[in-house]
Amino acid sequence: MIFNMEFETLPREAIEAIQLRRLKAVVERAYEAVPFYRKKYKEAGIKPADIQTLEDIQKLPFTTKQDLRDNYPFGMFAVPMDNVVRIHASSGTTGQPTVVGYTARDISTWAELMARSLSAGGATRDDIIHNAYGYGLFTGGLGVHYGAERLGASVIPISGGMTERQVLIMRDFRPSILTCTPSYALHLAEAAEENGMDFADFNFRAGIFGAEPWSESMRQEIEKKLHLSAVDIYGLSEVMGPGVAMECQEAKKGLHVYEDHFIPEIIQPETGQALSAGESGELVFTSLTKEAFPVIRYRTRDISSLNYAPCICGRTHVRMTRVSGRTDDMLIIRGVNVFPSQIESVLMQVSQVEPHYQLVVDREGNLDTLTVMVEVGEGAFSDEVKQLQSLQAEIALHIKELLGVSVKVKLVEPKTIARSQGKAVRVIDNRKI
Amino acid sequence: MFADQISVFLENKAGRLAEVTKTLAGASINIRALSLADTSDFGILRLIVDNNEKAETALKDAGFTVRTTRVVAVEVSDKPGGLLSILEFLDSRKINVEYMYAFVRQKEDNAVMIFRFDNTDSAVEALTEKGFSVIKGEELYTM
Repeated sequence: MIFNMEFETLPREAIEAIQLRRLKAVVERAYEAVPFYRKKYKEAGIKPADIQTLEDIQKLPFTTKQDLRDNYPFGMFAVPMDNVVRIHASSGTTGQPTVVGYTARDISTWAELMARSLSAGGATRDDIIHNAYGYGLFTGGLGVHYGAERLGASVIPISGGMTERQVLIMRDFRPSILTCTPSYALHLAEAAEENGMDFADFNFRAGIFGAEPWSESMRQEIEKKLHLSAVDIYGLSEVMGPGVAMECQEAKKGLHVYEDHFIPEIIQPETGQALSAGESGELVFTSLTKEAFPVIRYRTRDISSLNYAPCICGRTHVRMTRVSGRTDDMLIIRGVNVFPSQIESVLMQVSQVEPHYQLVVDREGNLDTLTVMVEVGEGAFSDEVKQLQSLQAEIALHIKELLGVSVKVKLVEPKTIARSQGKAVRVIDNRKI
Repeated sequence: MFADQISVFLENKAGRLAEVTKTLAGASINIRALSLADTSDFGILRLIVDNNEKAETALKDAGFTVRTTRVVAVEVSDKPGGLLSILEFLDSRKINVEYMYAFVRQKEDNAVMIFRFDNTDSAVEALTEKGFSVIKGEELYTM
């Protein structure tokens, strides 16, 4: 169901007219209110008045995660603190956390976009939403929460963790929509099984999963184990949080970017050159309506492409392909680019392998080595050494065929790869470079 | 005429074998025979125990990957050439042995060997037909 029929089905010309009007306004506002933007634009010799068409956006310099870190904590805020009603922050696992703020109107816009997203994911006001995204500084939990309330659905604010208790609540409260990270969804399935329960007996119809890259094969695995229809949601705190883009249940083929609030672009990561529709590159976002924390040409490091073809669901907003990886998740192994999601899709194709894996990168001498740790569950276990060795060889061969890189496959005992309550840690890089 | 063996997947790291035996001891299970096949990064522990069901449950609860495998226990006379006579016979019938190991027995004239065949049914049939004594599982677990 389309939550906001008027704005989600606007003709392209109307979308572009709104975008241009809002782009001019946000550039003007950022220039006036945020010293970082003013300084950067002056250095580049750009003034807000130079933005006359949508293409003019390409004249503006990019904003990077490092820029946000340099202005830690509140340097990028465009309104005084008395107008800020909420502060979120990224986990800071890859460095200093980045801090974002919201005005009351920003929170309302976010709720609207999350209501659109939940609706596109199959939720209605009659649904009970089991929200297992973490509540707190992370935007996932509260983002879904406010959207669910805006939609009028009933939300269970379970947050992440206490997995066994989650399973009991799923059984007893009979929620129909699940929201969490895809890796946590699989962990929940495992926990249900351990407690003698089966998702087939639960009441779930749809699952809205995001906050980490996942593959098409992982979608199939989740749908099979959790007995629901799984769709992808996209967002990042720097741009807003979840609800920047959402896959529709009708097509399940790409995520509609809410173009009345964001302008997406795809660029060549090395040169910054804009790429045309259909080409794969780094996703860049400009927020058009955010007051407290506007971002202009923010480089997400996520790899995607844009598809302007009409969608069967009726929404006219452009679709981004599911994020296949992040430029900073990308491993370069002996000169070959490797994304964890590619390894994941190979593992999912090898029958009976558990969907839990970890990649360990080491440097031996001057050579990078990649070890793929795979859990041996009952399905894959054989009593004979040669069978297990041929499983190792099969996985290594498939990876070699797909990626052209030789890996070592290490079979490990079940549940020895740490389960995450939020974003899964897929890569351990031991290289000291 | 088969016996059930418990096979456990083990990562090749310190303390895993101790963890298995600790789990079995905790469930009051006696190990009757065992063999360990290993490679540089994993191993497979094969066990004959006095209570398969209890052992399997206890190990699974402790988080191990476990499966039950059908093996054949054969009596071998405990003297030079005892094992040879069986192996020669199996060879003559082109019966392939995947692996084998010895079962510990006290004060008996005959030793017991545990065999895993690629075709268990035809192996048992051939062995009994030839007059070798194949021991039943229930007998073996409490022997």
